[in-house]
Amino acid sequence: MTQNYRLKDIGRIDRNHEISFIFNGKKYFGYKGDTLASALLANGVHLIARSFKYHRPRGILAAGVDDPSAKVQLIKDGYSEPNINLTEFELVEGLELQSQNCWPSVSVDVGEINNLLNRFFPAGFYYKTFMWPKSFWYSIYEPFIRKAAGFGVASLDPDPDRYEHQYEHCDVLVVGSGPSGLSSALAAAKNGARVILAEDKPRFGGSLLTDEVTIGNKKGEEWVDDVISELKSMPNVIIKSRSQVFGYYDHNMLVMFERKRDHLQDPAKFTPREKLWYIRAKEVIISTGSIERPLVFANNDRPGIMLASAAKEYLKVYGVAVGKKPLIFTNNDSAYETAIEFKNNGIQPTIVDTRASSENQLVNEAQKMGIDILFENGIANTSGHLKVKSATVGKLNNEKNSFTNLQKIDCDCICVSGNWTPTVHLASQSGNKLKFDEESDTFLPNQSRQQETVVGAANGSFTLKESLDEGFEQGFKISSKITNKNNKTNAPISDEKSLGKHDKFWCMPLPEGKHYKRFVDFQNDVAVSDIELAVREGFRSIEHVKRYTTLGMATDQGKTSNLNGLQLVSNIEKKIVPEVGHTTFRPPYTSVTIGTIIGREVSKYYRATRKSPMHEWHERNNAVFVDAGLWLRPRYYKHGNETLQEAAKREAANVRKNVGICDVTSLGKIDIKGPDSAEFLNRVYTNAWLKLPVGKARYGVMLREDGMVFDDGTTTRISENHFHMTTTTAQAANVLSHLEYYLQIVWPELEVNVLSTTEQWAGAAIAGPKSRELLSKLFPNEDISNEGLPFMGYREFKFFDTTARVFRISFSGELAYEVNVMSDFGEFMWDKIIEAGEGLGIQPYGTEALSTLRIEMGHVAGSEIDGRLISYDLALDGMLSKKKDFIGKRSLNRVAFNDENRERIVGIVPIDKKTSIPEGSYIVEDPNAAFPIPKLGHVSASCWSVERNNPFSLAIIKNGKNRKGEKLFAVSPVKNMSIPVEVVSQHYVDPDGERVRS
Amino acid sequence: MLEIKCPYCGKRSQNEFAYGGDATVKRPELNKEVPDEEWDTFVYYRKNPRGNHLELWHHISGCRQWFKAKRNTATHEIIDTFELSDDIGDAS
Repeated sequence: MTQNYRLKDIGRIDRNHEISFIFNGKKYFGYKGDTLASALLANGVHLIARSFKYHRPRGILAAGVDDPSAKVQLIKDGYSEPNINLTEFELVEGLELQSQNCWPSVSVDVGEINNLLNRFFPAGFYYKTFMWPKSFWYSIYEPFIRKAAGFGVASLDPDPDRYEHQYEHCDVLVVGSGPSGLSSALAAAKNGARVILAEDKPRFGGSLLTDEVTIGNKKGEEWVDDVISELKSMPNVIIKSRSQVFGYYDHNMLVMFERKRDHLQDPAKFTPREKLWYIRAKEVIISTGSIERPLVFANNDRPGIMLASAAKEYLKVYGVAVGKKPLIFTNNDSAYETAIEFKNNGIQPTIVDTRASSENQLVNEAQKMGIDILFENGIANTSGHLKVKSATVGKLNNEKNSFTNLQKIDCDCICVSGNWTPTVHLASQSGNKLKFDEESDTFLPNQSRQQETVVGAANGSFTLKESLDEGFEQGFKISSKITNKNNKTNAPISDEKSLGKHDKFWCMPLPEGKHYKRFVDFQNDVAVSDIELAVREGFRSIEHVKRYTTLGMATDQGKTSNLNGLQLVSNIEKKIVPEVGHTTFRPPYTSVTIGTIIGREVSKYYRATRKSPMHEWHERNNAVFVDAGLWLRPRYYKHGNETLQEAAKREAANVRKNVGICDVTSLGKIDIKGPDSAEFLNRVYTNAWLKLPVGKARYGVMLREDGMVFDDGTTTRISENHFHMTTTTAQAANVLSHLEYYLQIVWPELEVNVLSTTEQWAGAAIAGPKSRELLSKLFPNEDISNEGLPFMGYREFKFFDTTARVFRISFSGELAYEVNVMSDFGEFMWDKIIEAGEGLGIQPYGTEALSTLRIEMGHVAGSEIDGRLISYDLALDGMLSKKKDFIGKRSLNRVAFNDENRERIVGIVPIDKKTSIPEGSYIVEDPNAAFPIPKLGHVSASCWSVERNNPFSLAIIKNGKNRKGEKLFAVSPVKNMSIPVEVVSQHYVDPDGERVRS
Repeated sequence: MLEIKCPYCGKRSQNEFAYGGDATVKRPELNKEVPDEEWDTFVYYRKNPRGNHLELWHHISGCRQWFKAKRNTATHEIIDTFELSDDIGDAS
């Protein structure tokens, strides 16, 4: 295929570098510097996709982010990605593109029947057509609609690319590198400000790349090159092309994505595909320019119909003529530049202008060049199925509501211009309340809410002179506020062609008796008739019209359609536009890949991982790990082909019989120091703490102010004014914040300091009847007898070159100790314990065995302390001191908290002694009762009791206190089980706690 | 994302902080008879003003100090931040 529409000697592409690509199975060629859109247009390809609702053939409307429908499925290196914007993606070798939303192909598409049936698909057709019968929605309507509508197909494979995030601060962020952006960046940078200049396209310059102007005796594009090299040489400037600022958030935080790799032919190995920048800017200059509006007329959506400015950009930047027989259709002067550009390249255009006349430079020039101009004419209709072939042009009557003298004009493209819409999205996102400007017929920024300033065309300053003046002025003024400098740069003298007034008429009448579609929103297939229907059906608010018709939704966010849509509403309602208002602009301004937003936070990098100092030992010994918050804890140590349950039984049984060792490093540890420490603990915990002797530990329960149990743990008095608190793994961070809250805010008079020492200590629990024997080998010179180190005792022992903290505390219910050493000695300590335990049958045990042990002992843990229960419910009410006040005590007076029938923790055992009870099961009296079955409570934790060799569960049930011996049912609708159970004591093993004291 | 000035560390990004609720709430004193209504108000009732709000923030991934911030709930503007001991009089 040859590039039949490529012009000679024009454009900024690299003609020495030809690149091939495949579109719908056919091979084409383009040049380095092309976008996918310009490369296709160079080959005369306009038909790109099928439209969303009616499956109408669609082409390329624009040359940048404003294009609503030229999206394709892109296949590169075996990975397929949907909704790639042709107008933004740059051509490299090895790309395959496929049209979307069509079957079997883009030129023959079965879905096109929707177009013939379009009277059945009006606005709101979902709500009207598919309501009956109700059951059809899920089985028939919804799957059908889903298949017929939409865009590309998302891959089910993991994204192979790498994305990064970066945080940046600057004095002035300039968004957009057109004349106003470049001049503000230059003025601010020269005045000493730290500037970031962001441009979404590969080339800087904006309109200066396509407009015939001079600035300070240079051609516009030469001035751009000079300013860019000057900015690049300044150390206080970061300039970024291919970088789209797409969101303006609070406190002047903006987000931008930078394309770093897709445009490179041979990227270095670790080049990220895109980078997301979080930019905190002291000031923001929004110089985002303006977007050309399409004109609205019958069948205005055929491939080959595009914006006049886009046609000019394809000519001047890419050397591509979008047609050889162009028709220019306009209501203003700017489209004449496109006509002149065609003519300069040997192509004869015809201009259709809705205005009666225009007497200014550009129009005169066009006339002098011999370009045909049809004033007071409009396009009544177009023809050409897969590409526009002709337009029916007619003279508009005085009221501009009908045509006379219709004539058919052959053409192969129609370049339309309905004047310019300032790109106010970012300003609006920042909170700027826009105002309507009568002269330009658009919304302009008004009062800034944050530190932002809008300049250039985005601010309604459409001429080059205005843009430059505003840019230099604001760039200087704004930077002076920050740098306190006074280095002013003056705007150079510029020369441009003057533009006359535009015609506020843009929606052509239909030919008499015809009902052709006149599209307003090309991405969402919203036509004039849909908006008329919405208003006729009573939708008045523009926000409601938007949602009913889908006008301005999806990735396009109404870039080309918003203003036309709301002007239409105001015309129909005979209101002025400001009364109708505008819809809210929301980030992101353009579509952003999910990968960019996620960045590096994928799979195991999603969040930090905390590992104990003994982690590698666990790995070497076949530990299977479980997430406990950020911690990775051994769940069990797999022997051979053991299942989780088998391993847990083995490990737990060994603790009951011999001795086991468990890594408890992840338990929260808080160091508490200061003369008021005991008093503070006395207020924090429900039981008494003032008289705890040095060298003793105590179990404590803390409440929230609403009386609910918050956390539990043991706290040890290391010395008179020094305590060591432990918390559950899950609540460690919250408990620290809780303590700090009371110390800093509520009782600042207490002299206490708290500090997390969780990671400073490595902890090992040694549990089982043989644990004392093991300890005696570990500390042969110390008295660890029942008298020397009694239950709840604490001692510090010398341990080789360090000191070990030894606590006689037990979670397993067995005789047990916890040994802490400084983290660096963790693995050493572990090895020594294993070594000492060798003859005693020591085995490590994981969290699953730990759970088994604590459940059959009836100790509560996280699955019971769920934030919804009070001490009574957990049978911890014996620990509520009557003599002192503590956090949450006053709430315990609540009537509901003193109800006789309150739920309370019990043990339950299946009557068959075989069936394990699923956690979360409901406890009911009669499983066959009428729905809803009255619920007594739920099963909070289940295990296989290794002591009794049958299943055992903890449950929290109504009036649990008086139900021992009752026969009830545990039902699990999820697992479709109903299990007869008996209520027993929560303490299934050693109810009197003799073992821990032995 | 807000930018919050910790009175001890300076301006930091919001993701270093945890929100801590209304700063004007005072816990009733310990060991004192508290009527039901007063206790309920302390535990459960919070104002939800549109406009300036004096609130607590905790520099949780920083110096771990709690402090007060006067923030406009409608615009997110943080008018100022204060150490806990600062006497700031009438908050609104």
